[in-house]
Amino acid sequence: MARDLEKYLRPEIKSTPFCPGCGHGILMNLILRAIDELGESMDKMLFVSGIGCAGWIPSPHFNADTLHTLHGRAIAFATGAKMFNPALNVMVISGDGDLASIGGNHLIHAARRDTDLTVICANNMIYGMTGGQTASTTPLGSLSATSPGGNIYRPFDLCQLVLGAGGSYVARYSVTQPLSLVEAIKKALKLNGFSFIEVLSPCPTQFGRRNQYDSPTEMIALLLERCISKEEAEHLSEEDLRGKIITGEFTGARD
Amino acid sequence: MSFQEIKGTLPAGSYYFSGNEAVAEGAIAAGCRYYAGYPITPSSEIMERIAVRFKEVGGVFMQMEDELASICSVIGAVWAGAKAMTATSGPGFSLMQEAIGYAAITETPLVVVDIQRAGPGTGQATRVGSGDYMQAKWGSHGDYQVIALSPWSVQEMYEHSIEAFNLAEQYRVPVFVMGEEAVAHLRERLEVQATVRVFNRVKKHGTPPFGTDSMDGVPPMPAFGEGERLLVTGSTHDEFGIRKTDDPRAHARLVERINNKILANRGKIANTESWYLDGAEVVVVAYGFTARSALFAVELLRKTGKRAGLLRLKTIWPFPEEAIRDVGRSARKVLVPEMNRGQILGEVMKYARCEVSGLNQTNGEIIHPQRIVREVEAVL
Repeated sequence: MARDLEKYLRPEIKSTPFCPGCGHGILMNLILRAIDELGESMDKMLFVSGIGCAGWIPSPHFNADTLHTLHGRAIAFATGAKMFNPALNVMVISGDGDLASIGGNHLIHAARRDTDLTVICANNMIYGMTGGQTASTTPLGSLSATSPGGNIYRPFDLCQLVLGAGGSYVARYSVTQPLSLVEAIKKALKLNGFSFIEVLSPCPTQFGRRNQYDSPTEMIALLLERCISKEEAEHLSEEDLRGKIITGEFTGARD
Repeated sequence: MSFQEIKGTLPAGSYYFSGNEAVAEGAIAAGCRYYAGYPITPSSEIMERIAVRFKEVGGVFMQMEDELASICSVIGAVWAGAKAMTATSGPGFSLMQEAIGYAAITETPLVVVDIQRAGPGTGQATRVGSGDYMQAKWGSHGDYQVIALSPWSVQEMYEHSIEAFNLAEQYRVPVFVMGEEAVAHLRERLEVQATVRVFNRVKKHGTPPFGTDSMDGVPPMPAFGEGERLLVTGSTHDEFGIRKTDDPRAHARLVERINNKILANRGKIANTESWYLDGAEVVVVAYGFTARSALFAVELLRKTGKRAGLLRLKTIWPFPEEAIRDVGRSARKVLVPEMNRGQILGEVMKYARCEVSGLNQTNGEIIHPQRIVREVEAVL
């Protein structure tokens, strides 16, 4: 069972570049699990990624066509490939900085056009690869290499952003919710339209050590505590909702 | 080779077209079936014509959110198997530079039509300039080569557009059609032939898509969806596309090959045209729209017995060094008129072993032939 998914990896690639405790390895596993459960052919899959740690999830690991692009532009590259050859099953996997900050314009426009792409945003709430600078997703007050006094700006709610722009399927889960996440990725892959899944993925190296989380397990515990379902959130007061992350599927334009 | 004579996409005959319409038709004739762009003066008529014509010939037209997305989606479409292009003007060309470097290192064949206007900055959007030639060569960071063509007529906007696709596919390199506002909006006769000679992408199943045995080779290029399990990355990579971000040999090998594959073929790519060079004492070296004024001037001078000639550069990059060397050997003086502050003058000076001077104009207007006549008469 544990080695079932090895057939989706390039045999010549023996390791990943991710830090100990990084959530991206779990996400990599869950994406492949969704593909496996759907029985999708890797011959028709195209994985497009941008620059940053999450851009390395598919490239070079996945044994399929991969396009590792410029910082911020993964969705634009993916749009060209999908529009010219609609038979390709195109999945974009990248980070929050890549997709929502430098690439934010392409994200909202692809959602507006409802281009048939599956976009997986691995959100670690920080710029990991460049050394832990503030992102547009860093929580208010969190410490980073460029916010030594704590982040003074509100973070994006990525799901609301994509919903507002017209995305057809929008969901948010943490890597601590693997079963829900696999189901969401399967739905997104099957959907004929723009789908967006925000995946909360811990970054102990850059986010954790600056914000007093001494080990990766503490970050996992924090995600378990903070992530609540949409349904649970309905019964909570504004006070109780503070600091919580609402997960689940959000109403899409086609509902 | 993969050259092929195919049926044209316009009925053979004479047309009265603008340069922008002609460049769009040339692309369609060459097999371009993906276009992505963003409106910008003075190039917008290209995307407007493509939008209409792709409905007839069956292409994919995308109006993107900006020029960054335009060229990036073109690269995505090319790897999905398309012949693809975008068109823009100076400010948009500036935005595209990062992706042009990406296309160079990933050896992605694509065509950009840059209709030059008076810059820098927003400058004069409806006025003419030739200020983008150095940007075309050096606009992205790092060492790479491109091919840049400089059309002087509506006929050549059509022909260079076809040639640009052929060169891009042959050498797996970005190719620029460096039109200027004056030729883009000029209307004149265009002769269209019944057939078009096009180069189709070389594919070889199972061969490495990013390496050759020789240091100046062009590898075959498969597409996504063909079962090749391609690894395409803008990071330094080996011949199979595997990222090599700290291997000095891999970096040097890749950078040298993507430069050498163009420079070693300079003689085949670089194209010039000679007018009245026999016995010419003063040779005007000109390109683009300015070459029209230069030819007019040289013909006026010849009528009064003055020994003037014209060397017209049809290719700017790779630079036609040999033709310039020849002119430098035979002429006493070379004059380079340009609608910029001497971007190509410096290149001519590198190779012409004679007196070389510039005639520069940056007022957003074409150079009047009489200015060239006066300049030549002053030294003859």
